Order: sequence, then C-alpha cells, then structure tokens
Amino acid sequence: MKDVAFGQYYPADSFVHRLDPRLKLLFLIAFITAIFLATDFYGLAACAGVLLVIVLCSRVPLGKVFRAIRGILFLVLFTAVIQILFNHGDKAYWGGPAVYWEWKIFAVTQEGIVLAIFLVLRLALLVMCSSMLTYTTTPVALTDGIESLLTPLKWLHIPVHVLALVMNMALSLIPVLTGETERIMNAQKARGADFETGNIFRRIKAIVPILIPLLVSSIDRAEELGNAMDSRCYRGDIKRTKYKKLRFGWRDLIAFLLGAALVTGVVLLRVYVGGIL
Amino acid sequence: MRAIEFRDVSYTYEDGDADGDPSNAQRGGFQIKHLNFAVEEGEFVAVLGHNGSGKSTLARLSNRLLAADSGEIEVFGTPLTKKTVYEIRKQIGIVFQNPDNQTVASIVEDDVAFGAENIGLAREEIGARISFALKAVGMEQYRNATIARLSGGQKQRVAIAGVLALKPRIMILDESTAMLDPRGRREIMDVVVRLNREEKITVILITHFMEEALLADRAIVMNRGEIVMQDKPAGIFARHEELLTYNLTLPRIGMIVKGLNAGGMPVSDTLDLEKLAGEIAECVS
Amino acid sequence: MRIVAEHLTYTYNERSPFEKRALDDISLTIEEGEFFGIIGHTGSGKSTFVQHLNGLIRLPSSRKHFHPKKPKRGQPAPPAPVLKVGEFDLCDRRTDFRALRRSVGMVFQYPEYQLFAETVKEDVAFGLKNFAEKKDRPRAEEIETAVREALAAVGLNAAEVGEKSPFDLSGGQKRRVAIAGVIVTRPEVLILDEPAAGLDPLGKREIMELLHELHRTWCKTIVIVSHDMDEIAENCTRVAVFKDGTVPYVATPKELFSHAEELYALGLDIPLTAKLTAALARRGIAIDCDFTTEDFLAKVLALKKGGAS
Repeated sequence: MKDVAFGQYYPADSFVHRLDPRLKLLFLIAFITAIFLATDFYGLAACAGVLLVIVLCSRVPLGKVFRAIRGILFLVLFTAVIQILFNHGDKAYWGGPAVYWEWKIFAVTQEGIVLAIFLVLRLALLVMCSSMLTYTTTPVALTDGIESLLTPLKWLHIPVHVLALVMNMALSLIPVLTGETERIMNAQKARGADFETGNIFRRIKAIVPILIPLLVSSIDRAEELGNAMDSRCYRGDIKRTKYKKLRFGWRDLIAFLLGAALVTGVVLLRVYVGGIL
Repeated sequence: MRAIEFRDVSYTYEDGDADGDPSNAQRGGFQIKHLNFAVEEGEFVAVLGHNGSGKSTLARLSNRLLAADSGEIEVFGTPLTKKTVYEIRKQIGIVFQNPDNQTVASIVEDDVAFGAENIGLAREEIGARISFALKAVGMEQYRNATIARLSGGQKQRVAIAGVLALKPRIMILDESTAMLDPRGRREIMDVVVRLNREEKITVILITHFMEEALLADRAIVMNRGEIVMQDKPAGIFARHEELLTYNLTLPRIGMIVKGLNAGGMPVSDTLDLEKLAGEIAECVS
Repeated sequence: MRIVAEHLTYTYNERSPFEKRALDDISLTIEEGEFFGIIGHTGSGKSTFVQHLNGLIRLPSSRKHFHPKKPKRGQPAPPAPVLKVGEFDLCDRRTDFRALRRSVGMVFQYPEYQLFAETVKEDVAFGLKNFAEKKDRPRAEEIETAVREALAAVGLNAAEVGEKSPFDLSGGQKRRVAIAGVIVTRPEVLILDEPAAGLDPLGKREIMELLHELHRTWCKTIVIVSHDMDEIAENCTRVAVFKDGTVPYVATPKELFSHAEELYALGLDIPLTAKLTAALARRGIAIDCDFTTEDFLAKVLALKKGGAS
C-alpha cells in the first residue's frame, strides 16, 4: 500500500524535473485540453509524440509511465466495451461490412471499434501525462506551484499559504499513517477482531477499534508536530522566504513555446483538416 | 557566558491542558515548582527523571511553547518574553521524541529548509545551511531522499539537521533517542557529542537512558517537578540510594560496582569498564 | 505448546520493484516452557517471523486457492515449509486460526496505542468477547471474573481502574492494561515485541518482573523481541539472532555472548557482564558465568574468597 505506482515522485536530474512546477501545471492543463480537442488520430498522435519527447527528456522509464494506466485499467476496459457494444454507427473505415453484428440494443460496428480504440488512447494519454507531472515534480514543488497559481485568491483573504503547507504535510504523513493503521489492525486482529465477515453494520462497528486508536495517536502526533514547527520558528506567512523559489528560466520558455505550439497545432488540425471520425 | 538560566520558574498544568499528559492531570494537576538552574555556554548537561517528572516540561518552557506562570528565563542574557520569543527560538533548537512527528515535507532537503525559510533567509543562504546541517549529521548523501524510506535513526538525524539549519547555540533533545533501536541511538549520540565538541553547541539532553548521561559534563535529576540533584554524572551515580527514591536506577555498571561492594570487594565507584576490570583483577590476585 | 518452524520463507511485495525477502529459509524450534529471546536489527525479519506464529501473516499453503509452484526443470523442489504451534499446523488451511490466536497472544510494540474502549474493563474484555463461540457466549459474570483476574495478573486492581477510561491512565498503567487485554484469553504462548520500549528504568524493570510472574502462572511459553542485550542475558533461556532474514545463531545467552566477535560483526552488542568477563580474561582472570548480574557477582566474589584463603 505504501508504494502506489500512480502519483509517486521519480527522482532524477533532468530537464523536465527542473522545469518550473507552475509551468508544468499549466502545461498539463493545456495538454489535457489538447487531448480533448483532438478529435482524430492525428491529433492524438501529435499529443503522444509530444508526451514521448517529454518522457524521454525526463529519464523516467517508459515502462513506469505505462504502468500508471494500470490504476484505471478497469475504467479503460469498461469504456471500450461500452463503445464496442452500443455504437450503431454505419461508417466504414475499411473493407467489409460496416456493421458486423446487431441484436436489439447491442451492435458491433467498425465505427464502434474505431471509437473504442480512440477513447482508450485518449484515457491512456490523460493518465500518462498526469502521472508525468507527479513523477517529475516533488510534492513540495507541486504544492508550491499550486500555491503560486492560486495567489490571486489571497486578495480574497483565503489563506493560500496554509493550504499549501497542509497539503505538503498531508503528503508526508500518508506513509506514516498507513504504517500505523496496519499496526493497529494487526494488534486488534491478534485480539480476535474480525474485519472481513458479517454484514455492513457489523463491519462498520468492527472499524471502531481501529479508528479510535488512530484518532488518539493522531492527536498526539499533531501536538508534537505543532511543537516541532513552533520550535523551528514557524509563525505563518510572516517574513517567510522560499528555498525553492519558482523561477521562470529559458528551459521554461522553451517548454512554454512547445506547449503553445502543440495546442495551436491541434486546434488548427481540428479547424482546417477536420476529423476522420 | 550563561547560555540559559531559569530563576524561580513555576508552572502548573491545568486540567484539559493540551500538553497535559492525562496521567498528570489525573494525579490532580501537575507542577513545576521553583525551578532554579543555569547552563553555561558549551556545556553538555543531561536531565534525568522518571516519566512525568517534569523534564519534558522544562524543554517546552525554555522556548515558550509553554509560558511559565512565574519566574524568569534568560537565554544568553535576553529575558524570554512574548516579544523576544521568536529571537530566542532561533537560539534554541529542540528535537522531540518521535521521529515521525517532526517532518513537514516528504523530501529531506525540503524539510531541513523549513526553519530557515521561516526566519526569512535568502535562498542561497538556505541552501548553504542545508548543506551545513546535513553534513553535520552525516546525511549529505540523502539530501534528495524520501524521508519515509529512512530508518528511525536517520529520520531523527534529519530532524536534528532541521533544527541546525537555524544555527542555534543551544540544542535540547527531549527524549530524542527513546524510540530508536540501539544503532539509531548510537548514531544520535555520536552526532550530539560531535556538535557539542566541534560546533560548540550547548547541549541539554533529556533522557532516561542512564548510560547516555555518562557522556555529559553534568547531570540534573528531576523528581515531581523539582530539581533534586545536580552534579557530575559520577557524583550523581555515587548516590545510589537517593537515586532509587526518585524512581531511577543506576547505569548497569553502577549496579555491578554496588553488588561487588556489598559482597565485600572494595572496588571504587568507577563508571569506566576497563578501570573496573583492573580493580577487580587487583582485588583477586 | 512447542513451536517448530522449518524452511520458512517470506517475501514482501513479491514481483514488484520494492520486493524484499524478509525471511529466507528459516528453521527454529522453541520448546514449551521457554522464556525465549529474539534479537536483531530493525528489518532483520524478526517481526515478520513472530507475526507468522499467530497467523497474522499466513503461509501461502494455508491460503485459499493455493497452487504450489512447480519447480523449474533441473532444479530440485525447494523443501516444503513447516510451521507448527503445538497441535496447530499453520501450513494447513483447515486449521482453526481463531483458536490459534486465542492460544498465542501477541503484544505489539507500544501496545498502549491499541486501547480504544470507554472503560478499562471493556477494553480488556474485547478479546474475550471476540474469541467467544457464537453458540456459547460467556455470561456477564464470567467476563467480569476473567477481566478482574487478567488485570490482577498485570498488577492492577479492577475495582480501582476498571471503570476509568484507559486514556486517563499513566503510560506504564496503559501498557499493563494492553497486556491484560491480550492475556485475558489465557494464551499458552505469549509473544511480546519490545515490551519495555519507551519506559523509564523503573518501568522497564517492573515490566520484566511482570513477565516472569506471568511465565510462572499464566503463560507456559514467553517469546520476547528485544534490542537490550542486558535484558536478554538476565531473562532468557535461549536466544535466536536474526540477520537479513536468516537465523545464524540459536543458543543460550551463555554460549551466545561468549562469542562477542561474531555478534560485533553483525553490528550487535553484548551485555555489560560479558564485556567485563572479557576484560577480566585479558587480565588473566577466567570466570565461567552465565552473564546474569547475579551469577557474575557470585563468581567474581568467589574468586576473591578463594584468593584470600
């Protein structure tokens, strides 16, 4: 449980790792937009090409990027099956009948198959590009980026800094809490607790002996953490500086231009060439 | 120069106090009573006491995590008040007990940077301080490591580095070795001794491992919120019977000396293993 | 109950980049009536091993849908693992694992963190109620008696603390309540992972005394995992040393701690009495003690008397 493949930082020293996280966040948004705007395989191929370049530049192993899909494998398959079974389109893309099989509301058509492939590719690209962000950006940089992008909210007196800090601390606490939950579960199992059988009410009741100790230790934890932060001169946002200052450099400029080119390209493709679908 | 001085400091936990160990509240409130002591710059002082003797409260009072009810606390001649607290927190670094409860970030360097960021240092200076602090605890090669994957001793060394990044002149370790295995404990003690000798950082080590107190210049024993003994470690451990009344024991070697004396072997009250062996050898040959 | 483990192997996160072999072909026997010690660094496999003993970690062959792996051609089949605790065969999935857990009590590190109920009594009764057979629920008086006895066995008075919230007790008392919550089902084997961790010196001594008392009266066999070599030398009948998932040594403290070099090589320490014995040996004085403080003092003092006469 401690090592979920999706959403983990992959330490390496690369061009992509060093990019400004704000840019990466914006780039991700642009990329997702491009993927949604791309209505044909050329558009997707352009996106996939750009993603491939990014992955190669980032030194994250390709296999690791593909593995990110595993997390949503079920969703991908489900979408594909729905498309194949329920599409009644009669467009033919290759020789042979446009409709292979039809029964009541079900049908297998050429269009359905093509659309299914298209959607699967689109979903896979979405997940892979999102996971590239988390692979190449430390949680701290990511929250810093979010904090910086949300700065306008400060004018509305929303404590953006605190939000970012809390996100950071939550991320660093996940492995600790997972370990602790495991320990408490084992301790209660050793005392005969049963979390696996019985109806829903029994099971909810069975969680109490885990939740309460977890709550109690979290309160202790919060107190000690608070003391540790105070002792290290924490006083909110007052006079605080940042070690990892987000700076927009030439690398960021190149990436920005690339990203802009991609989005424009996909839009142009859509407007002038039209889709094959 | 005086590093820190407590003059007639008292403190009472109220019921439901956030910091009140319930066990204390249960004993009808808990008190620190008229605490008087001083630590000189560069000194290494061990504070001993059973659980609930008030030794952790002493740490929390020293940088105003808890505000004393009465009395004065001075740090390098500056009285500790609401106004000076942030200046004084720069001078006093505290490392706490649980290595999992002191990190604010998942990556080592980001966590070490936290304190230096809080006091508004420039970026380059923070970078330099991270390098200095990680080097001082022997963790430079872990700068970009994920904290969750480190051992207990390594995590605690990162916590020390996080405190060192503020360049404190006093370091308080509040039972910082209690949850570590012997290897982790040794790592921390090595670091602490080195910081005291080489960086001339004043160290206050709160512990209930009697063996760790042997490394200190001076030991303070607390019992029920009061300081009851203050002496060189050897002097403290020479007063066996008194220690027992404070629910403390001797270090193992002290127990053996005591046993030999009781059996009529006149070995001196040494805490040094080789010396003791030599004396036994003389007695039997 | 005798504990027999043979060829035990366990791998965490198998076939993933984080794969870690925690136990590597371990064989170990713990006799009934022992006060057995387990030492080794964090991550040496000792916790994984003890969690096998009450089925918290199940052997593959005891799980549903188990298909034994076929050995690769040309290679001999690896020896089949054996794990028996008394009559319980932990390799067999027909084994009653609830009954096993009832007879093998497990006290984890910092057990006070498992307390949850509103009152001490309820918390101690938790295990008792869980293990009760559905048809044959214990009556309220029976539970009351069992809880009172368990609390008494750990040195607490049910009339005094029974109705209190466990969170209002002192650290040492909480740990005792947690132990009471495990022994309340009268397990024959009691396993404790660093029972004295985090306690002050007096608390440590009291817990060890308590365990000896339990060993005499409640639990035939006690297994402790500890980092404290003095604690091991003073208390244990035999010791197993864990190292990277293997058990290089199983011996009595007396045998084990006379081999200081081997232990130092593993990064482990030896008790002070063993260090002193070695220091005396270097000075030409040989004493043959079992490294308990008591025996060490007796042997040294005997030398002196011998020399005088």
